[in-house]
Amino acid sequence: MSELKGIYALWYREIKVFSRERSRIISSIVNPILWLLIIGGGLGSAVSFTGVFNQIDYQSFIYPGILIQTALFSSVFFGVYIVWDKKIDFMKEVLVSPLRRTSLFVGKILGGSTDTLIQIIILICIGFVFVSVGIMPGLNLNLISILISMAFLFMTTVALVSIGLIIGSQMESPEGFQLIGSFLIFPLFFLSGALFPISNLPSWLSPFIFVNPVTYAVDGIRGALIGISQFNIAFDFLIISVFAIVMILFGTYAFKKMKI
Amino acid sequence: MISTKNLTKKFENLTAVDNLNLEIKEGEIFGLLGPNGAGKTTTIFMLTTLKPPTSGTATINGYDIVKDSDKVRKSIGIVFQDPSSDEILTGYENLKLHGWLYDMPDDLKERRIKEVLELVDLTNRKDDLVKKYSGGMRRRLELARGLMHHPRVLFLDEPTLGLDPQSRDYIWSYIEKLAKEEKITIVLTTHYMDEADKLCDRLAIIDYGKIVVLGTPDDLKKELGGDIIKLRGKSLNLEPLKNLIYVKNIAASSDEVFLTVEDANMHIQDILNTVGKVDSTEIRSPTLDDVFIHYTGRGIREDSPEGSWAEKAMHVRGKR
Repeated sequence: MSELKGIYALWYREIKVFSRERSRIISSIVNPILWLLIIGGGLGSAVSFTGVFNQIDYQSFIYPGILIQTALFSSVFFGVYIVWDKKIDFMKEVLVSPLRRTSLFVGKILGGSTDTLIQIIILICIGFVFVSVGIMPGLNLNLISILISMAFLFMTTVALVSIGLIIGSQMESPEGFQLIGSFLIFPLFFLSGALFPISNLPSWLSPFIFVNPVTYAVDGIRGALIGISQFNIAFDFLIISVFAIVMILFGTYAFKKMKI
Repeated sequence: MISTKNLTKKFENLTAVDNLNLEIKEGEIFGLLGPNGAGKTTTIFMLTTLKPPTSGTATINGYDIVKDSDKVRKSIGIVFQDPSSDEILTGYENLKLHGWLYDMPDDLKERRIKEVLELVDLTNRKDDLVKKYSGGMRRRLELARGLMHHPRVLFLDEPTLGLDPQSRDYIWSYIEKLAKEEKITIVLTTHYMDEADKLCDRLAIIDYGKIVVLGTPDDLKKELGGDIIKLRGKSLNLEPLKNLIYVKNIAASSDEVFLTVEDANMHIQDILNTVGKVDSTEIRSPTLDDVFIHYTGRGIREDSPEGSWAEKAMHVRGKR
């Protein structure tokens, strides 16, 4: 009971802070829209009518990838707040409380995931708008496809928030975090097939794509939203869930070892 | 209430706290004094379970700081040297969060928030973001927070550092009120001797991680062995003073001399006759400042080694 209350306290704080920093929400929404409209629209005109794009328009094709991109950036960079917590010494206030370190980690994951999922929900609403004005005709947004996508996005978010928190727990400066965060995010994003089909890749590239757990999240959501996937959706979900669990275990360990 | 046994903390080749043995009684205000980097904050961090000791141990409220750290954390409250409240939350929200972290039942939590806000005079600012608080107000909020869960021991690390005299006075009266009304044991570190003199029942001066002297402020002042006479003059004849048994100590600088003299009021005439013509004289009782300087010397310390360890740690981690 006491641990649950503490976890709730940490979650409550993250949500309060998130809701008071509106600029964070706005910037996190504007970026994906620019990607969808400009990269999607620009590249889309060039890649139409070849391969998979006989069946689907490019913007619908990358929409799942853009959802994942939002989850990636928002989740991993959530870890920077733990560096700030250490700087402003709020971390000490939590560490001298009777709350266990594991609970601290769980509270942070829930807070970070909520932040990210709120952004995702806004993007799905925007997806509805785009579909209704005919921008992404290939997108199949209904209750079931959205729920499946959310399940994938939740697992991905939990895994990525854990990664962000693991990095954050080991770092002393926000600048250092930015550096390492970017080093990690860009390969995870570009090697996930978010922007291109992964069926006919050059042989040197495929191994990188297939060891990247994020690939399976993109593939699963694509299966749900546009009906095109490389793997079985259940297999995709299994991979991303295992990834999330492993990251949670690592994160718990990192928090136990965290120094202030 | 607090008892440490050979408590030691080493950072690489630097011993920050060296076999510290302390007994702090229930209900007393105990001061930890010392120059920068003497090991005060490190001691507090070990006692509050934020850093594990290298060797030795301590018990608080009967619980071992290493083995029963959960129970120790439940028994203590702490106000850190640096502000540790969340500025994007309101004062009330910071306290509410604290109540949850310490698993307080809701009705008790709300009642205590009301009480402690009143105690530190922040009731009418409770719904403002902490960002908008002054330094003194933040300190008071954190004091309120440290007290909220009825700790048996309250640690105050430099509670008035960087505050204006009005805020310091405020905080002092709160601390005194607390000790009386809530009957809790208070351990405070400070650089300000007037603060220690006013608040502490007993204090320890520590330097290089060791206790140099321990006692009540009055006893420590008495132990210096007399009053301080300050003489100002060009060519004072100091040599014969050394033969006077009631002159305990002579500290001379260019044209000023500080004498520690037993019953100075009685002997001032003799001393003036001995040294010859003086420009001015002043007799005062010794202050804690005199005690502090007596035991830790006049040399200025390199700025807090605690800072440089942190920097070192950062480099090591950065490389990894």
